[in-house]
Amino acid sequence: MTLLIKEHAKPSIQEILESGKFLVTGEIGPPKGTDIDEMIEHIHLLKDKVHAMNITDNQSSVMRYPSLGTAILIKELGGEPNLQVTCRDRNRLAIEADLLFAYTRGIRSVLCLTGDSIPVGDHKEAKAVFDLESVQLLQLIRNMEEGRDSGGNELKGGVKFFKGAIVTPEAVPIEPQMLKFEKKIEAGAQWFQTQAVYDMDNFKRFMEKARKISYKVYICCGLVLLTSPGQIKYMNANVPGVFVPESLAREMEDAPKEERLATGIRIMARQIRQCIDEKLCDGVHIMAIGKESVVPQILEEAGVDITKM
Amino acid sequence: MIITTSKPFEEVLKALEGEDKVFIVGCGSCATTCETGGEEQVAEMKAKLEAEGKTVTGTVVYEEVCHELNTKRKFRENKEAVEAADGFLVMCCGAGTQSVREATEKSVHPACNTVFLGNIQRHGHFVEKCSLCGECVLEDFGAICPVTRCHKGILNGPCGGTDEGKCETSKEKDCGWTLIYNQLEKMGKLDRFRKIYGLKNWQANMKPGRVIFEKKGEGGE
Repeated sequence: MTLLIKEHAKPSIQEILESGKFLVTGEIGPPKGTDIDEMIEHIHLLKDKVHAMNITDNQSSVMRYPSLGTAILIKELGGEPNLQVTCRDRNRLAIEADLLFAYTRGIRSVLCLTGDSIPVGDHKEAKAVFDLESVQLLQLIRNMEEGRDSGGNELKGGVKFFKGAIVTPEAVPIEPQMLKFEKKIEAGAQWFQTQAVYDMDNFKRFMEKARKISYKVYICCGLVLLTSPGQIKYMNANVPGVFVPESLAREMEDAPKEERLATGIRIMARQIRQCIDEKLCDGVHIMAIGKESVVPQILEEAGVDITKM
Repeated sequence: MIITTSKPFEEVLKALEGEDKVFIVGCGSCATTCETGGEEQVAEMKAKLEAEGKTVTGTVVYEEVCHELNTKRKFRENKEAVEAADGFLVMCCGAGTQSVREATEKSVHPACNTVFLGNIQRHGHFVEKCSLCGECVLEDFGAICPVTRCHKGILNGPCGGTDEGKCETSKEKDCGWTLIYNQLEKMGKLDRFRKIYGLKNWQANMKPGRVIFEKKGEGGE
């Protein structure tokens, strides 16, 4: 199986970014249950349209099919996974063990997150772990790469990952966020995917600040597909660090009901194009949240074909 | 201050099923302030249990029920009522309830839920600011505790859920990391925010905790 994975291996996220190409990633949200047929369909649909796919780890604290299992599945199906690892459900032992396993199964890129809080999810009475958090997770991986676990014990065979992290460009206040961004880089983060960005002017201001902190790290703009005026209202009111500007909200409101999805696709295609044309960042991360089937259409409208980049 | 809340009376009554004679213990310290086990609440409980047909053989309210020797002494002082009881209802924290456990062979029932080590902001308003982690980090964070006042207890800055100084779990709750940032900025000590904190040593508060003073002259003064 390992050989099979190697034969079909796509270029890694690290190879894409280091070669100077614009990185395009998508996202797979595993299902709640063992019926993985639709997820497999989505993987097949995306694996040749994007360079890599993030796999969420019990996203929004909702229990689902595991991110590590899905990452291996993506490998087996010929795609490139970006394994999301959160610190909410596993302590340092469990995370280290998972990372050893991931490495032996060809996972090369890990996105280090703290994780959402338990009460926002569907297992509200569960005990949150948070034995560590994103910055410490980055450090822990770096130590494992140097051959030691967090107990200081020598590993018989270490790991090597392209270490990713996230940053929230629309956080209020932004200053602590930027300091944490700096700490993540110091802890070993080599690339970033941002939380959802809608206001491109704000994103430009963020990128100026980020570039002052580091020119070395790669930063990819996170984009979430807009699908309705209701979704925009909900996100503006309830999702921290997300702000959909008035102009986009109006564009969606003005669209007839049957054209709302097409409007969302058009908006994202435009944003992707802007990122590329104005060289705002090193890539985009497309979060279609349940609408993975339209990702190829978004890329087509944006004029993005990864095979020709 | 150990913050307690009262269990619903029905739950207390169910726990006392089959025990007709009850001795009630209240606490003159924290549970009095929390109004869960002071003189007044003990008298109310006595009246309610009697209305349900129970016999209350005696009541006692004293400072620090958690003091095990003190509790044993109080039980000796109330020997007759204590011996007449089938069981004990303890109206204070879990520490006090287990102190009573040490003082009797009979059944012991908690009347309260113990919720946190709290600060008193004003009458009836309690908030948690310390979670007894065993290795105090307040020096580094402008005397605001990230282990407790950040919902996730993380040590290297705010998570992505922070929003205009509030926590993602509740708009009523401050983001501890925004408080820390503001405090360190005011002090001109943002370099402390920049420092990466390594993994926390959770062994420092391994359960069950145990501290014993070393005697003078034995090197541990």
